[in-house]
Amino acid sequence: MSDLPAINQSVTVDWSSEKAQRRVRRRYGAERRLKWFGLGAIAMALLLLGVLVTSLISVGYTAFVQTHITLPVFIDAAKINPDDPFKGKYRPMVNDAFVNMLSGIDSKADRRLAAKMLSRGASLMLRNSVVDDPAQMGKTVTFTFPMADPIDQLHKGVTPRDVPEDQRRVSDKEIAWYDQLVARGAISKPIAWSLIFSADSRFPELAGLAGAIMGSFYALLVCFLISFPMGIAAAVYLEEFAPKNKWTDIIEVNINNLAAVPSVVFGLLGLAVFLQVFGLPRSAPLVGGLTLSLMTLPTIIIATRASLKAVPPSIREAALGVGASKHQVIMHHVLPLAMPGILTGTIIGLAQALGETAPLLLIGMNAFITSTSGGIVDPATALPTQIFIWADSPERGFVAKTSAAILVLLGFLVTMNAIAIYLRRRFERKW
Amino acid sequence: MKLKAMMLSTVVGLAAVVAAGQADARDRIQIVGSSTVFPYTQAVAEEYGNITGKAAPVVESTGTGGGMKIFCSGVGEKTADVTGASRAMKPSEWELCNKNGVTDITEVLIGYDGLSIAVSRKGTKLDLTKGQIFLALAAEVPVNGKLVANPYKSWKEVDASLPDLKIQVFGPPPTSGTRDAFVELAMHKGCKELDFFKTRKGELDKKAFKKFVKANCSRMRQDGPFIEAGENDNLIVQRLDADPSAFGIFGYSFLFENQDKLAAVMIRGVEPSMETIADGSYGISRPLFLYIKNAHRGVIAGLNEFVTEYVSEEAMGPDGYLSERGLVVLPDETRAQVQDAATDSSGMTRYTN
Repeated sequence: MSDLPAINQSVTVDWSSEKAQRRVRRRYGAERRLKWFGLGAIAMALLLLGVLVTSLISVGYTAFVQTHITLPVFIDAAKINPDDPFKGKYRPMVNDAFVNMLSGIDSKADRRLAAKMLSRGASLMLRNSVVDDPAQMGKTVTFTFPMADPIDQLHKGVTPRDVPEDQRRVSDKEIAWYDQLVARGAISKPIAWSLIFSADSRFPELAGLAGAIMGSFYALLVCFLISFPMGIAAAVYLEEFAPKNKWTDIIEVNINNLAAVPSVVFGLLGLAVFLQVFGLPRSAPLVGGLTLSLMTLPTIIIATRASLKAVPPSIREAALGVGASKHQVIMHHVLPLAMPGILTGTIIGLAQALGETAPLLLIGMNAFITSTSGGIVDPATALPTQIFIWADSPERGFVAKTSAAILVLLGFLVTMNAIAIYLRRRFERKW
Repeated sequence: MKLKAMMLSTVVGLAAVVAAGQADARDRIQIVGSSTVFPYTQAVAEEYGNITGKAAPVVESTGTGGGMKIFCSGVGEKTADVTGASRAMKPSEWELCNKNGVTDITEVLIGYDGLSIAVSRKGTKLDLTKGQIFLALAAEVPVNGKLVANPYKSWKEVDASLPDLKIQVFGPPPTSGTRDAFVELAMHKGCKELDFFKTRKGELDKKAFKKFVKANCSRMRQDGPFIEAGENDNLIVQRLDADPSAFGIFGYSFLFENQDKLAAVMIRGVEPSMETIADGSYGISRPLFLYIKNAHRGVIAGLNEFVTEYVSEEAMGPDGYLSERGLVVLPDETRAQVQDAATDSSGMTRYTN
């Protein structure tokens, strides 16, 4: 300690000395390292994201197209109930049309095997078409029907054809018939719009996300309608009216705490309160939305408080100075100025809610539902729970469908986050 | 003004939500229960919806135990109408049902499901006895007349006739009905094949022996070779595909759908197939049940029609669409009985006489 110079003593430092230069080099080195660590971290994050997306795309891309067959069907009026075209022997009609396209079918068993190559949805599509337009009766109409999943997988090259027969899901006979169809040009592979516009099904070739998308939409709508006004009201009170004392401190700690509670806890709460005490229906987006709003609420409160705080006091003081009441200050000046930040926080909160699975599993939004939800109390699934169901299905086609559904969900998340960033950029004010 | 409009629309929306929440007459059948029965019920639900044009039932996979809890929680529109089970209803569940007023239940045996132990096609196919399965996977096994922590690390150590291959088996977690069935059908039966337990059988009376088996043969080992893989069977398939030395336990339908990737382990020389499971020669198979709340018949629209569709020949018959999904169908005579009982809504007799 004694060799330290006294404070008022000036010390001459030799900046060009070896020692000083080493020090400078070391400081620059540390700076460079910090920069590289940061860059490395970003590269690592991007790499992991890249691996995730690549693996999803490499598995899921096949689900965006679907193997179809172009099939002329003679609609035999004798097989349809003329009073109620809904009732008719549509399956034999389709199967006959399909089997007649093939050669080398000798036995009844062969006919049955061949008929299974066509999706079971084909006869329903035929029925719906006849119900919509009864004038088709007695004519030959050309349809495009999806092929059954094993053939779909074969056409997409997922099922290998050069392995022994007992090691694959399709038999040699089916492959031979399939080759006949390909040779005739009857097989096509258009974009699978059913992935977005159909409801769930046990057949991968028919299953789609429409039910889940509507379910997620209704749940988010409920979640938004509850958490947005409540979040803003709570934040306005805490920020503008509440006295700073022990109680508001406790409330603040609890709100921050709530934001960190694992979502499965909210699911259990939803099960106990909304289903068992209030007796709301199981699997309904209403309950899903209520449960999710519990999670979104703290996010919105925190974001709103931050945006309210960011409005400079001079605005408030100026408004008060020209005689505005507190209500006028808040409603006319502070809140509109804070709105971009509030909206950004809300959208990010909703995006989180969109990806949430655990609470929905507990309130039954992971059910198998073959129709699109028509409202907030109609049973529905949500996107993440639909992924959960498909991931657990044995049929091969659902492996690709699962990845495709994840990509669709990621698409929605990216869109929502992009909107949040756009809003922030567009309306943000610098003071 | 803009802000006011926004607030107003929010309030209106909120009111609409609340109003809509009030109306809740149920027009759909509600089904819960086992994840093993789930795919079959799914198939019937979709078919029912397509044939009748009515709203298809809502089918939820909650596991057998979870399903029983919901099913037995009472009678009325808010409770489930049907539950699937990969084992028979337990006495405790029957009591719970009775306590909550669910006394008139029809039990329907819909078919059988085989449990398969599978390995990647690239791996070594084994032929095991249940005793060997028990020795490889139990937490405690008999060595020199005493139960000790399972010392076996490779199949060769279990039995000299087996290959020198690390024991590595992926299986379902304890919450799963598949796990219950595996413990009962493979582990309990397996330990009864061993001399250690056979001598006990001579010493103890029947009830005490049953208790002894349950206490000592139910625990799976926790030291690594048995790996709980979660309820997602597709993940097990992927892991087996990636690691040819690993084995996996799951329902036969998964093996059936993944024949190109997986091969079955034989049990005493018998490979699982529709035929061997139905005639009982393949040793690890279990019955699948459906429980129907009779108080809801005629109240919930379409429940009777749904049950009729479920037990129809087109569904559970030998060429029905359930067998296409991997269900092992009942023999003709049993099936006819089941079909009659289901459509007549006969009460459950398992615990009443």
